[in-house]
Amino acid sequence: MIIRIKKYLIFAFRTFISTQYMSQKVLLTAKEVQIILQRLACQLVENHSDFSNTVLIGIQPRGIFLLNRLQEILEKEYQIKDLKTGQLDITFYRDDFRRSDKPLEANKTKIDFVVEDKRVVFVDDVLYTGRSIRAALTAIQSFGRPKEIELLSFIDRRFSRHLPIQPDYNGRQVDAINEEKVKVNWMENEGEDIVYLISK
Amino acid sequence: MSELSVNHLLGIKYLQKSDIDLIFNTADHFKEVINRPIKKVPSLRDITIANLFFENSTRTRLSFELAEKRLSADTINFSAASSSVKKGETLIDTVNNILSMKVDMVVMRHPNPGAGIFLSKHVKASIVNAGDGAHEHPTQALLDSYSIRERLGEVAGKNVVIVGDILHSRVALSNIFALKLQGANVKVCGPKTLIPKYIDSLGVEVETNLIKALEWCDVANMLRVQNERMDISYFPSTREYTQQFGLNKKILNSLNKEIIVMHPGPINRGVEITSDVADSDQAIILDQVQNGVAIRMAAIYLLASKIKQ
Repeated sequence: MIIRIKKYLIFAFRTFISTQYMSQKVLLTAKEVQIILQRLACQLVENHSDFSNTVLIGIQPRGIFLLNRLQEILEKEYQIKDLKTGQLDITFYRDDFRRSDKPLEANKTKIDFVVEDKRVVFVDDVLYTGRSIRAALTAIQSFGRPKEIELLSFIDRRFSRHLPIQPDYNGRQVDAINEEKVKVNWMENEGEDIVYLISK
Repeated sequence: MSELSVNHLLGIKYLQKSDIDLIFNTADHFKEVINRPIKKVPSLRDITIANLFFENSTRTRLSFELAEKRLSADTINFSAASSSVKKGETLIDTVNNILSMKVDMVVMRHPNPGAGIFLSKHVKASIVNAGDGAHEHPTQALLDSYSIRERLGEVAGKNVVIVGDILHSRVALSNIFALKLQGANVKVCGPKTLIPKYIDSLGVEVETNLIKALEWCDVANMLRVQNERMDISYFPSTREYTQQFGLNKKILNSLNKEIIVMHPGPINRGVEITSDVADSDQAIILDQVQNGVAIRMAAIYLLASKIKQ
């Protein structure tokens, strides 16, 4: 009897573990993340030189971590002064309101300037379907008419796009199927810089 | 939590603390939206809202309509004075006729207490109570608490006194529910005739001396005497009411601390509050009005998110 209960418990525990934990593969290590950040910052400087008419806008929630890291490099290593940055939340502009099973939770928008005639660079960690960026393109119009808008993404999940949106600055292209998830972890939030490909 | 526990906003009585927190956090975002150069978001572009006002209103009606428009909802307005209600149509018939035009949400003010609750049981639409008789006015209470939170950091632990006509005031009842739910201490102050008989059951203390009440409180919410709801005389004269319960600058300056003065409007200047108090830095009356739009946007947005396609 005890053996049967023990066997059942082991079986239940294994089932629990297999449903709770998905397999994950490291796509980028901390060193690779650092190299890519340096390259992206360098490419931004190449196109925007002193950033006098450029603003960097992080897309909430996870674009902010990337934006902060890029800002740090631009200010420390390229001596960019008075870099204008903002945070844009796109919740109220999403096209899946009332269609999503999960309630949408808003985040903070912080843009203390008008983007009229500015060169705007959207910064986000993962570009997937392109719908977030579509929403961001609408949202930014509330702050004026930018001169141009560019897109910087750390991970580009190519072949997954629902809309004709492509990044101008690209960290790493990844081929992932729909069931998989790409998770970018940052030192200041998750304790390490690492990118995982998670499959259920 | 990121979803309301209710499908209608009928009264604060039916809300949980987490609902209030969610509405406030969402209102923070909308307050930022309404201070942008373009003050509009497209969230509710496929939602139609009917504003049914069976009783007079200026602030609340405009505030709701503005909130709906800022969310890009389509709105239709209805006031009882110019409608078929005068021809004898029942409330359910009126609303069902409007709903058959594919309306998703109804914002209603009605002179009868419980009108919103009654409607929510009989029609298929999300109902927002914009004041039902002397019962509840949930969005006003939410914006009052939100304004306190904005000015003092939090509502919990704060001492709030509600002064004036408590008996006829839906604002008072909703405020009591909202403040108690958030952990504030509440007292009411006014002529004994205008204090409801069972006020103790709400966990509220009564103070009939205005000065004592003001010395105790952090926030004073001054209510209007609702003459239109009074069928008998509840106090000898307006002049006497003002002498005992009117707030003037002299009283305000004599207090040992700086309190916040609120008023849900419309103000009867010189009766419950003098002009120099209403226009002073301690009064947050116009902040309340601005917060009203953000709070109503939040409430409508959160209720609309529960109307699945």
